[in-house]
Amino acid sequence: MIKIITVYGTMLLGAMGRTLLLALLGLFFACIIGMIFGIMGVVKNRACNIIAQIFVDVIRGVPMIVLAFFVYFGIPYLFNTIIGGFSVSLTALQAGTICLALNCGAYMAEIIRAGIQSVDIGQMEAARSLGLTYGMSMRKVVLPQAIRTMIPTFINQFIITLKDTSILSVIGFPELVNTAKNVQANTFMSFQTWAIVGIMYLIVITILSRSAKVLERRLNVGR
Amino acid sequence: MLADNKEIKISVKNLKKSYGSLEVLKDINTEVTKGEVVCVIGPSGSGKSTFLRCLNKLETVTSGSIIVDGNDITSKSVNINKVRENIGMVFQHFNLFNNLNILDNLTLAPVQLKKCSKAEAEKRAVEMLSKVGLADKAESYPSQLSGGQKQRVAIARALCMQPDIMLFDEPTSALDPEMVGEVLQVMKDLAADGMTMVIVTHEMGFAREVADRVIFMDGGYIIEEGTPSEVLLNPKEERTIDFLNKVL
Repeated sequence: MIKIITVYGTMLLGAMGRTLLLALLGLFFACIIGMIFGIMGVVKNRACNIIAQIFVDVIRGVPMIVLAFFVYFGIPYLFNTIIGGFSVSLTALQAGTICLALNCGAYMAEIIRAGIQSVDIGQMEAARSLGLTYGMSMRKVVLPQAIRTMIPTFINQFIITLKDTSILSVIGFPELVNTAKNVQANTFMSFQTWAIVGIMYLIVITILSRSAKVLERRLNVGR
Repeated sequence: MLADNKEIKISVKNLKKSYGSLEVLKDINTEVTKGEVVCVIGPSGSGKSTFLRCLNKLETVTSGSIIVDGNDITSKSVNINKVRENIGMVFQHFNLFNNLNILDNLTLAPVQLKKCSKAEAEKRAVEMLSKVGLADKAESYPSQLSGGQKQRVAIARALCMQPDIMLFDEPTSALDPEMVGEVLQVMKDLAADGMTMVIVTHEMGFAREVADRVIFMDGGYIIEEGTPSEVLLNPKEERTIDFLNKVL
């Protein structure tokens, strides 16, 4: 155990850094995607509702590992060979970010849609009755209330996404699990290696969920 | 009733409203003149709340026209947000903005819609709060107020937009009996100030005292309308008599 830490410690920490980078990039774009499709799910427009629902259903209905292979191998193949004339290639980081953003984005869209719909319709009606536009009412009245109810679910989703980065080891991104595989192969110490990796995830996720609790408490002030 | 050529604020013609196959409003025709206080009464499910909500387009009508201050709000070309700035509405369940304190509840719309500066809006908000007897609650949140206080704030919030018309949708139905009086008092003061008001209510005593005209609705129709003494004391229609016997 000590040997792994002294020899491979910095390597594993670097891998953890890349895991966090991938998770953050994925989450950032997932928030944007989730916001867009979440709002499309609640607006009074049938076409928007249907598009949002299809997006969510498709992404939720496909395992992330399939999505990862599809984005990393399938999409370049489509452009370069099937259509032809392109030379598209994605790095593992780009493909990984796209996968996480799509996957997490779909779940975020559902969280956002449900959060908005959980706010009493009377709030929107009262805002509109004063002459505020739909957009103003959403921004100033409905969303601030919706976000409060969404935060615990958001944090849960963040944690799931952080853990899902491990799936992206299959497309060769050198995140923590992928790196640990190499360590195991070099040292043959599988128990120690995976115990260390497990503890590393545990520490990061515990820190994340604890600080989330603090944030949640702060936001509830004055409620 | 309209003989003294008063300015007509709201004119409703052949208004119909259906939800799918359910026809809620069947053929409503009426007018409200400036400064008039109209109380709408009737059994639940008679369409009176739906009628009120059509007047500021919270419900889109199926057919017919509603002309408010010369604008046909059923027409797509009319900017409904502009018309709504002139029509205050008070809801059964108050609908104060839970994420904002009382002062911000009152200033949100005037400031967002650039009716005045933030400072002016706050000054007027404090005036309106004093008017409803809640000047000391400016910094409170809605969850800290009683039902009667919330409803008075809701009235003050609507008044901050300086509307010409106020709509009340069963403003006292969700209140404890002891809080009904304070809300009705604010409404009486408002009526005395000459506000044009349309009030859906079950408070017959209030209707008799304050209303210039009472409309009795049932089954999506206006069955009878007239002065409180005509409709409430000497009703002509069978169904009005029936209803009044049950509630009085």
